[in-house]
Amino acid sequence: MFKGLVKWARVKSPWILHMNCGSCNGCDIEILAALIPRLDVERFGVLLKGTPRHADVLVCTGPVTKQMKERLKRVYDQMPEPKFVVVVGQCGSSGGIYQGAYGVEGGIDTVIPVNAYIPGCPPRPDAIADGLIKLLASIDKGGKP
Amino acid sequence: MGRVKLPIGPQHPALKEPENFTITLDGERVVDVDIRIGYTHRGIEKLMESRTYTQNLYLVERICGICSYAHVENFTQNVEEILGIQIPKRAEYIRTLFLELERLHSHFLWLGVAGHEIGFDTLFMYTWQDREVVQDLLEMISGNRVNYAMNAIGGVRRDVSVEHQKKVLQGMDYLEKRAEYYKEVAINEKTILARAENVGILKTKDALKFSAVGPTARASGITVDIRKDDPYASYLDTPFDVITTNTNDVLGRVVVRVLEIFESIKIIRYLMAHLPVGEIVTKAPRKVPEGESISHTEAPRGEDFHYLRSNGTEKPERYKVRTPTLANLPALAEMLKGTYLADVPIIVAAIDPCMGCMDRVLLLKGNEKPGELVDGERLRRYSIKWFAERGWKA
Ligand code: SF4
Repeated sequence: MFKGLVKWARVKSPWILHMNCGSCNGCDIEILAALIPRLDVERFGVLLKGTPRHADVLVCTGPVTKQMKERLKRVYDQMPEPKFVVVVGQCGSSGGIYQGAYGVEGGIDTVIPVNAYIPGCPPRPDAIADGLIKLLASIDKGGKP
Repeated sequence: MGRVKLPIGPQHPALKEPENFTITLDGERVVDVDIRIGYTHRGIEKLMESRTYTQNLYLVERICGICSYAHVENFTQNVEEILGIQIPKRAEYIRTLFLELERLHSHFLWLGVAGHEIGFDTLFMYTWQDREVVQDLLEMISGNRVNYAMNAIGGVRRDVSVEHQKKVLQGMDYLEKRAEYYKEVAINEKTILARAENVGILKTKDALKFSAVGPTARASGITVDIRKDDPYASYLDTPFDVITTNTNDVLGRVVVRVLEIFESIKIIRYLMAHLPVGEIVTKAPRKVPEGESISHTEAPRGEDFHYLRSNGTEKPERYKVRTPTLANLPALAEMLKGTYLADVPIIVAAIDPCMGCMDRVLLLKGNEKPGELVDGERLRRYSIKWFAERGWKA
């Protein structure tokens, strides 16, 4: 029963941590743009948090740069289980436009496991909100998506 | 209490220069600041050498998602200069329109971020909501909200129709009303005055010494604006004023940006009324002859500088970018000295380093002994609480 309660809380109010791993910032402002009154993802209980220890969902943007690789891993390890990772943007999904640059490691999934990808360069705020909600729906259905 | 070293960062949702500030504290006072950059260094400059000029158009845009257009503008100006082509007048006007729309959205965005840093989240929600108006206009004309892909070498890729012009003007009317309101807020609202007045002082002579750029320099009374000093696009024809204040503090930087919103609106109105008819793009060859070129533009954050060396092939031989945030970092270090720890977030935000930056802070007490792990959010809370305890409402 307790497990059910925790899952219910997680689905109704997921706390997210936003992390930039070397993005161009385009995706990051679009994530914030999804928080403002026009779309207001807060109505789904999505709350932006400042620390990995409070977060259920890690929202990553950008190709992983060599400098950020270790830090991304560390942040991921600090998050409590079960944790979910959402990648926003093309360059986080595959390296995108930065493919082949010497400072870039590749997509987020080369470093940590990823649950959902939201493509676009940058995706519209509606797409980001939609992606998050789809993730929540799949968590609701059963454990990991 | 002895001196404490407090590293802030390195996680920083910014463009080419995510920062790590190691702040040395004496009690609550900042004694020294050490800035380390390069965390999201992707190697764009090198990458550009392996892509063709057309491909680079899109790569340059993604140096920074907020001033993306200033970067593309610089790149195309460089290539056009070496090619020796003159772009059509109409294209120049459309480019200027985008440069100004970008400034509008960036300044609205910044106002919100600054509000957030001082615990004034209502302002954040307000300005970001208004920013959506600009975003809609950008999307209407270019098809995308953030990286517009508007420029082609030799002109622009999409035209502005009569319908668009009408919508743009309507948008400007609305934004002007909102900007009036923000002007009111910035000058009279106690919350902002208490946190911004006489905070983060950068004296005129220091601003000169550290070569501050953009609104940061203009708030220290320096009249520097590339749009006036070395006009590009259609700024030569367009009437507008360079806004400066001489309060030298964070409040000055707020005021400069709010007043610049009005100037941008003025410019856009002028452009829409005087849009020349004609072609929007001239044909450009794919190969660029040997040559060198520099170009600078006034991005929303200050002077954005690009250098290009070509070698007669389809790809550049060397490309160099210097973004305004980098230029403002030495000045930022100066501003931070002698202030309270609680003021650090707003002072950092005031140079507009593309975003309120701090996400994680590692507290090191004494010499290199790992201490408590703090994040930017907690630092922000701490700063709000600190002021509340001293009876300054924030
Ligand atoms: S996906 Fe595109 S817009 Fe988003 S961070 Fe990457 S390059 Fe920037």
